[in-house]
Amino acid sequence: MGHSEHTSHSHSEEKYEYAVHHSEEDGKKIRKRVWIIFWVLLAITSVEVLLGIYWKDLGLSWGFIKMTFIVLTILKAFYIVSEYMHLKHEATFLKNVIIAPFVVYALYLAYHVLTEGVYSDMMEKWLY
Amino acid sequence: MSNSVSIDKKAAWAGDNKSPFAVGYGKLMMWFFLVSDALSFTGFLASYGFYRHYYGAIWPSAENVFTHFPFMHGNHPLLYVALMTFILIMSSVTMVLAVEAGHRMDKKGVTLWMLLTIIGGAIFLGSQAWEWAHFIHGTELGAIELGKGSFTLPDGSVEMTKGIIARWADESKQTLLLPWKEAGEYIQVTGNQLTEMLANGKEIKGANLTHNEYGHPLFADFFFFITGFHGTHVLSGVILNIIVFFNVIMGTYQKRGHYEMVEKVGLYWHFVDLVWVFVFTFFYLI
Repeated sequence: MGHSEHTSHSHSEEKYEYAVHHSEEDGKKIRKRVWIIFWVLLAITSVEVLLGIYWKDLGLSWGFIKMTFIVLTILKAFYIVSEYMHLKHEATFLKNVIIAPFVVYALYLAYHVLTEGVYSDMMEKWLY
Repeated sequence: MSNSVSIDKKAAWAGDNKSPFAVGYGKLMMWFFLVSDALSFTGFLASYGFYRHYYGAIWPSAENVFTHFPFMHGNHPLLYVALMTFILIMSSVTMVLAVEAGHRMDKKGVTLWMLLTIIGGAIFLGSQAWEWAHFIHGTELGAIELGKGSFTLPDGSVEMTKGIIARWADESKQTLLLPWKEAGEYIQVTGNQLTEMLANGKEIKGANLTHNEYGHPLFADFFFFITGFHGTHVLSGVILNIIVFFNVIMGTYQKRGHYEMVEKVGLYWHFVDLVWVFVFTFFYLI
């Protein structure tokens, strides 16, 4: 996104540059990208809502629809984090420090929900 | 790089005075805060998923709970929450445009986009208040929360624990629908069985932390807690945006030579949008 300044700092002794600036031309490109991402996010959300309302008419299994929702959501999250939050263009070290702990924790929780949070016969006996 | 920031060597990082992260201190700390916040929200949504599956058939489906739309009659599942999602995505776009304008030192641009972001956030908060009000007040018909006891059903006599929610089939209140084994599967209760159940049950309308006319009370607890925690984030995001907005007008960042503060609140604001993307999927869609 024209932010090459970010990775190639001036290594002068006295100055260290953190704030990012870009030119008018770069700005035009960046704004175009922002709006493309917006249309992508809107399209994904629309697909999700339409699937949510009409999935029964499509003859697909609920499990498949559920997985589709999760995949679409992660795709949306990817676009928001990488482009709007700019993480794609940050230093690799920063990316890893942000993403790795979260993903490990989320997978750990997902494992427990899937192995221990399932509906069981025990539940049925408890209920009725 | 005409407008670079001079940072005192001692005030920056140790070593060769070079941050391994290549971002300013404030932005880095905002990222760390957001990671910890993301862990909290992941915990909430995971525990929601846990109980949702655990309670299977008696867990209400969000599409049967949130069916209202302002100024429209009838059932419109998902429509209102889709609108809220759209508003939040839109305010995320205006936020990223404010950050972009800041990179060009375009004070007017930042002012405009920040203002629109604040308006988007305020509309979202209002929508959430409206949805909460509807959920708390409930429907005209209400529902029957059954007490503990033995009931005669087509399968024979069964023991039921306290707190099963049975809903009326229609406005005549002659038939109760008792959730049965699979999600969306009901037993119709009429006649003597109905009288028996009504005597042992209690009518409830709407939802609070202990009763929920739509189904299991934990659903209401999770709804209040997760959307409430997210709403608190939106509220603090709007307040932060307002503070930064006034600083922009006063020219604080123009004088400073960079709009990094807009980037920092921008990160927070996008995170709020990001969380909503997950809440939307796990609470309303699945």
